[in-house]
Amino acid sequence: MILEVSLEKRFPNFHYVADFAVLGDRIGVFGKSGSGKSTLVQMLAGLVAPDKGTIRLDGEVLFDSEKRICLAPEQRRIAVVFQHAHLFPHLNVQRNLFYGYRRTPPAERRIDPEGLCRVLDIQPLLKRGVNTLSGGERQRVALGRALLSCPRLILLDEPLTGLDDGLKYQIIPYLQKVFSEFNIPFLFVSHSLNEMRLLAEEVLVFEKGRLKGRTSAEELARQRLGTSQVGYINLLKLLRPQPDGDLWAYAWGDNRLILTEPGQKDENLFEISSKDITLFKRHPEASSARNLFHCRVSSIFEVGNRIGVELDCNGQKLVSQVVGEAVQDLGIRTGGEIYAIIKASAFRRLY
Amino acid sequence: MFDLNPSDLQAIWLSAKVATVATLLSLPFGVVAAYLLVFTRWRAKALFDGIINLPLVLPPVVVGYLLLLLLGERGWLGGLLSQLGVRVIFTWKAAVIASMVVGFPLLVRSIRIGMEGIDERLIQASRTLGARRLDSLLSVVLPLSSRSILAGATLMFARSLGEFGATIIIAGNIPGITQTIPLAIYDYTNTPGGDRMALSLCVVSIIVSLIVLLFNEYLAGRFKRETQR
Repeated sequence: MILEVSLEKRFPNFHYVADFAVLGDRIGVFGKSGSGKSTLVQMLAGLVAPDKGTIRLDGEVLFDSEKRICLAPEQRRIAVVFQHAHLFPHLNVQRNLFYGYRRTPPAERRIDPEGLCRVLDIQPLLKRGVNTLSGGERQRVALGRALLSCPRLILLDEPLTGLDDGLKYQIIPYLQKVFSEFNIPFLFVSHSLNEMRLLAEEVLVFEKGRLKGRTSAEELARQRLGTSQVGYINLLKLLRPQPDGDLWAYAWGDNRLILTEPGQKDENLFEISSKDITLFKRHPEASSARNLFHCRVSSIFEVGNRIGVELDCNGQKLVSQVVGEAVQDLGIRTGGEIYAIIKASAFRRLY
Repeated sequence: MFDLNPSDLQAIWLSAKVATVATLLSLPFGVVAAYLLVFTRWRAKALFDGIINLPLVLPPVVVGYLLLLLLGERGWLGGLLSQLGVRVIFTWKAAVIASMVVGFPLLVRSIRIGMEGIDERLIQASRTLGARRLDSLLSVVLPLSSRSILAGATLMFARSLGEFGATIIIAGNIPGITQTIPLAIYDYTNTPGGDRMALSLCVVSIIVSLIVLLFNEYLAGRFKRETQR
């Protein structure tokens, strides 16, 4: 997908300016609330008319103030998944799902409804009324409804924001699965860094109605190291948990990690802050922490007064943070060897 | 008590006919007017709103007189119609028109309240899913405001049953042709010894209105259950 945007819109107390072109299928739009993310979504979908500028999607002009072109929302074939799902309350799940599908010309119906229902796990819900659904179910139905309209682009406008953490990370695998399987480009709008890292390849950062920069989600997470108290968040995909005494052992690539968190599913996602990874120059003979790795320093980056140390633990990446003085004391250099220890209780389950 | 003579029965039948036709004919216009007032933005909207609501505050006699000027033989619309061979005033059609104009604000108000309760995002969602404006009106706005449309229609129907002022001016008070229940009651009260007859028609009027209101409650309850499935 190629999306070229050059827009301006004035509100009574807000001036929105955006000028960018992106190439890719998984674009993130990141910014705090009030940064203009939702304004962008509304203008792209044709729900709000910009004051001036142009929007082009894959070369086709959707909006051009000079040529007086402004396609209606239904002509753009851009679907939106809203923060609060906005399912039609008078229709059941099935009729909600097929709302867009029935309005798509048969020749353009690229998505197989049955396959989609299977991927999203919504077959058992089809006959239910939408008011009986849980928050997570509602979002899955809203996602299915948008996908079934076979759009050229899906705008995900903070679809996970209203959900609690547990639910949120249950939906993310569905999103990943659905978009890789059905191959539809999306623009994912969120103020959550973790969501960005799990879903977006390239990230546009907005601040106060302006595009502040474009970067990768990983880079964004690294910048957080210097500004945020929580540090850099490592996302670890841990597999095949097995009981180990009263603790649990998970497979992390070729490594074995000991966690206090019991495992039920085969695939799990945990987060761990860079602050919870302690570095040692030599092998500490004994430590209270349950996880000890001998690793290689693959890179060092400085953010503010903190230094991020990227480690390679048998092929798995991990970022720890230290202060400048510690770099001297430990003799940390790129390519050098080092020991990292992590407490079994430092991990937080995402899903 | 119920000694209704044939002309009373005719009046009851005519009232029902006039109210039904007026309500049904007004419905599409009422829906469109409410939709325009709620979901669109344009400059003369406040004026439009005012004109629609005017019959609510004007004396019905004024409405009737203005309609008479408009639709009379020498009125511009009346002249046009008489060229086509259509005569409106002093027929039951005039009573329908009078009821339509007088009841219209009630219909629009009621529908409007229902439409204002619809989350605009639902309409936006339908548009992004490929529905044109009209499609979205039919598939989202109408079903979601069905209860208020029904309530508005009932209100208008009841108002039409009781319409007097505008009707007597534009349709006259011709027994069997334009004499509805209120006009018949008016006649009886002006006739010596007509009190009993007037009272019978009053009772009929009360019963019919009650039935209409109960029917409305029943339908509203059913709609509520259906939407809360």
